[in-house]
Amino acid sequence: MTTVIERSDEAQVDATRLLRFYRQMLAIRLFEERVNDLYTRALMPGLAHLYIGEEAVAVGMCEALRKDDYITSTHRGHGHCLAKGASPDRMFAELLGKEAGYCRGKGGSMHIADPDTGNMGANAIVAGSVGIATGAAFSAQRLDNGRIAVCFFGEGALGQGSLYEVMNLAQLFKLPVIYVCENNLYTEYTHFSETTAGDILTRATAFGLLAAEVDGQDVRSVHAVASQFAERARHGGGPGFILANTYRYSGHHVGDINRAYYRSKTEEQSWKAERDPIQNLVAWMTASNVAQKTQLEEIEKELIAEMDRAAEFAVKAPYPNPNQVEEHVYA
Amino acid sequence: MSTPEVNERELTFAQAVREALSEEMRRDPNVCIMGEDVAEAGTPFKVLSGLVEEFGKERVLDTPISEAGFTGLAVGAAMTGLRPIVDIMFGDFITLTMDQMVNQAAKVHYMSGGKWKVPMVMRTTLGATRRSAAQHSQSLHAWFSHVPGLKVVLPSTPYDAKGLLKAAIRDENPVVFFEDKMMYKLKGPVPAEEYTIPLGVADVKREGSDITLVATSSMVQVALGAATMLEGAGISAEVIDPRTTWPLDEKTLIASVKKTSRAIVLDEGYERYGITAEIASVISAGAFYDLDAPVRRMGAMHVPIPFSPPLEDMTVPTENSVFEAAKSLCNRN
Repeated sequence: MTTVIERSDEAQVDATRLLRFYRQMLAIRLFEERVNDLYTRALMPGLAHLYIGEEAVAVGMCEALRKDDYITSTHRGHGHCLAKGASPDRMFAELLGKEAGYCRGKGGSMHIADPDTGNMGANAIVAGSVGIATGAAFSAQRLDNGRIAVCFFGEGALGQGSLYEVMNLAQLFKLPVIYVCENNLYTEYTHFSETTAGDILTRATAFGLLAAEVDGQDVRSVHAVASQFAERARHGGGPGFILANTYRYSGHHVGDINRAYYRSKTEEQSWKAERDPIQNLVAWMTASNVAQKTQLEEIEKELIAEMDRAAEFAVKAPYPNPNQVEEHVYA
Repeated sequence: MSTPEVNERELTFAQAVREALSEEMRRDPNVCIMGEDVAEAGTPFKVLSGLVEEFGKERVLDTPISEAGFTGLAVGAAMTGLRPIVDIMFGDFITLTMDQMVNQAAKVHYMSGGKWKVPMVMRTTLGATRRSAAQHSQSLHAWFSHVPGLKVVLPSTPYDAKGLLKAAIRDENPVVFFEDKMMYKLKGPVPAEEYTIPLGVADVKREGSDITLVATSSMVQVALGAATMLEGAGISAEVIDPRTTWPLDEKTLIASVKKTSRAIVLDEGYERYGITAEIASVISAGAFYDLDAPVRRMGAMHVPIPFSPPLEDMTVPTENSVFEAAKSLCNRN
């Protein structure tokens, strides 16, 4: 059941929507650039796994969802959370371990969760959330509330057996869930071809899921596939699997600087120069007169100011009170 | 108070579990059961027989043999409005669910700063002497008791099983409920009226003054048998069942040992690094100045459970071994 879906018809995706794609992708990039900055200035504890380069996947997917639809995310999850509607100030605050953060500082970068935007949590176990997303789809079906669930994971999760267990369950129960495999080519420091035997899409079609491969650097393509899969899932069509081919511009985490042993600078440069999701959307929008350059620059200015304010808010925000350490172990 | 006739009602442990499930499923349409062969088969132990007939396949779901998969599904379902009860046929199979229970279910509430909740129950079994060998006989409840965010329940009578299971289903947290597979046919009084037993409250199963036998699950009957034998030897034993290993009713345990000044802790899990070690430590710290002897621990031998009956029987505490240990602790040899 592999399917080929063309890019959104330009007439169908109106200018407002395209501008929103741009705004959302740029917001993620600017957010992540500030994360890099906070981390290298030693203001952020722990680890920072940046999503730069992959913005079109999160935005294309989440723009096809309702606010009350569910997502689960990964250790590289800032983009998913923002794309689903999280606000940058509370995101930054969480990254810095501050009480104003989405999880009161108890989760950090790898565990941002927000029920108000359907975000069931970023997950630091590879494939750790596949059951949770499938369970959310199960609830949605049983409670008949029209919601769907989207489960983001990297290609590294293809090595985990739990993914295959839940795809089997999802298809048996015809659950409204979409598994989104972001193949950014590198499983930490190892090229995916060294860890992944056989074909990726047929892993899903073997269970009977609808599966599609999409250019993860092209937000319009991602959105087109996402919309079709979401509609289908929402109306009882069952689960789907989307393979989004993308690229991680930075290292596995901010400290992963010397990467020559697993990939070349030339490779990185060519993705950044030729396949950048934001630059390519801008080029297309200006060439086809969907937006003027000045309009886009205006948006960028607004976002820069917003991100700077948000980061400053987080830096100044207080840490949690020590008496909160034992709070929320049990509900 | 109820009529005498109702008070005399007796159920088996399995019937008590089934009644708790069916009452809660009637009370709350969001309660559902999932696991291997839980529907028409009613599980190999027949504990769930009749439930699918009343509640349908939508709420009593047969799953593939996929413990990690359906346990993970239950975590997500619990976060989003359902109250799933996961059936893990043998306690040995909890190994397959560990990431879902330990890294996901147990931590979701805390990691989200209290925003998401996971009101789910995992029902599973423990206990040896069924001649089921090393992969169907373990008592691994200590593993879950070690993890903050989980609650662990160990019922020892039909009455407790029903009241504790109803409380577990209504709890807002992930609760693991271990049933002794050898106890399913045990009969005991279970009132027909609605009741629940709060998690974290120990029960004095027998009062005594010379020694406290703290016993869990399968070991409660063993302790009661030993207490009867001890009575014949002139030793008055108190039997206390914590009923939940977390939350743990430390107060009741310490108060009993302060009174008796001696204690043996019995649990069918492995003795090393096990439940008995934790409880013995709680007692030693809390009743130190009242103790007349070191707290003694008795659990499963540190071996994989063997198949051959004479070997298997050696691995768990018995009425006799507890009787001998208690006499020795009371200097009555």
